Amino acid sequence: MIRVELPSPLRTLANIAGEISLDVTGTVTVRSVLDAVEASYPMLRGTLRDQTTKQRRAFIRFFACGEDLSHQSIDDPLPAAVAAGTEPVLVVGAIAGG
Amino acid sequence: MSGVRVLVGTKKGAFVLTSDGKRTKWDVSGPHFAGWEIYHVKGSPVDPNRLYASQSSSWFGQTMQRSDDGGKTWNTVENKFVYDGVPGTHQWYDGTAHPWEFKRVWHLEPSLTDADTVYAGVEDAALFKSTDGGKSWNELSGLRKHGSGPRWQPGAGGMCLHTILIDPTNPDRMFIAISAAGAFRTEDGGTTWQPINQGLRSQYIPDPTAEVGHCVHRIAMHKSRPDTLFMQKHWDVMRTDNAGDSWSEISGNLPTDFGFVIDVHAHEPETVYVLPIKSDAEHFVPDGKLRVFRSRTGGNEWEALSKGLPQKDCYVNVLRDAMAVDSLDSCGIYFGTSGGQVYASANSGDSWNAIVRDLPGVLSVEVQTLT
Repeated sequence: MIRVELPSPLRTLANIAGEISLDVTGTVTVRSVLDAVEASYPMLRGTLRDQTTKQRRAFIRFFACGEDLSHQSIDDPLPAAVAAGTEPVLVVGAIAGG
Repeated sequence: MSGVRVLVGTKKGAFVLTSDGKRTKWDVSGPHFAGWEIYHVKGSPVDPNRLYASQSSSWFGQTMQRSDDGGKTWNTVENKFVYDGVPGTHQWYDGTAHPWEFKRVWHLEPSLTDADTVYAGVEDAALFKSTDGGKSWNELSGLRKHGSGPRWQPGAGGMCLHTILIDPTNPDRMFIAISAAGAFRTEDGGTTWQPINQGLRSQYIPDPTAEVGHCVHRIAMHKSRPDTLFMQKHWDVMRTDNAGDSWSEISGNLPTDFGFVIDVHAHEPETVYVLPIKSDAEHFVPDGKLRVFRSRTGGNEWEALSKGLPQKDCYVNVLRDAMAVDSLDSCGIYFGTSGGQVYASANSGDSWNAIVRDLPGVLSVEVQTLT
């Protein structure tokens, strides 16, 4: 199971209490993880990435194992610890707004 | 027992204010969708328990909400708004061509005859329609493709379609307004559109009498006279009596004719309300006094309504979707401010009370008259 932590406004929107665990088939990538998030929680479609272009929203960042994964290809494999379920993918809303 | 439900959208959530027909004691529920910008909440005239809400955030984009129990509970509905075909470009602030990009839903207008049908006015300006209660949205692209689209440009708040009026005598006829393109009318349910800006004069555009380019802030209609529209333009208060074929100015004795809101009394089609704002550079009420101005003559002659409103050191703004009227026997008028106050008058504007005063900045106010 892949572990994902979402920002609190999205946890509220999706009625999620804490970290979520998802089945991801095939290679574990940002794309496949977000596909699984949106399949389980359709109300989150469009809140993390554009529904058509699949581009990450500007103020959304992805971290795992201490690394910022936001600028790597969404099809790059995520760290082994994420694929093994020992480390979560952290979806973070950027600190912005002053 | 009659009553009213006031739907308030703010910069950090939605609030539902309810009262009986006396409108003296109010119950405040919320914040709903805490932390999110709620540009607009509006109820269906067919089923008052059916509410639609536009929820958005700089971080997470646009989400849509629907309630089937008058705002007690909410469910997300479809938030995918895709322009029909190749979107093309409109003018950017500097005059260059800029691709059409969806940003948010500014205004929701439920159908007058079907609770599952609702229109959405969006930024970048376009009109969408859902006929399944918000489960899917399709663009009425005849508006954007009417021909002048490449010449539309954003106002300071973005290029938004913010006003949708449906003719109660003919659902195929609608009016919309866009900042800063102007007003448009359809006679065929949204398939084809024509600009209706003749008579508008805007000194800030290269051709002050151009077909498009006018920064219309709001349009209002009385249900008994769908050919008569009242407009608060960026500057100038205007009216038409031929469904927009021509407009004439009715600013008259207003202290300033800049403003955002305009509305019409529920039972008196020649009684009109505006809330003058000092200027486009100073988005607050003039002289530190919060005053609604009422004309009982369809414009030109205006009286200041100030009883119960702050008359000293007040510097709030009232945005374009933040005034509404109820249809009780003594018409109620409501508006919300950038300072988080929602004011109500239960006597057509003669006197006012703050029904709630410390909300986040108010973006929109709608009223449902409940029977």
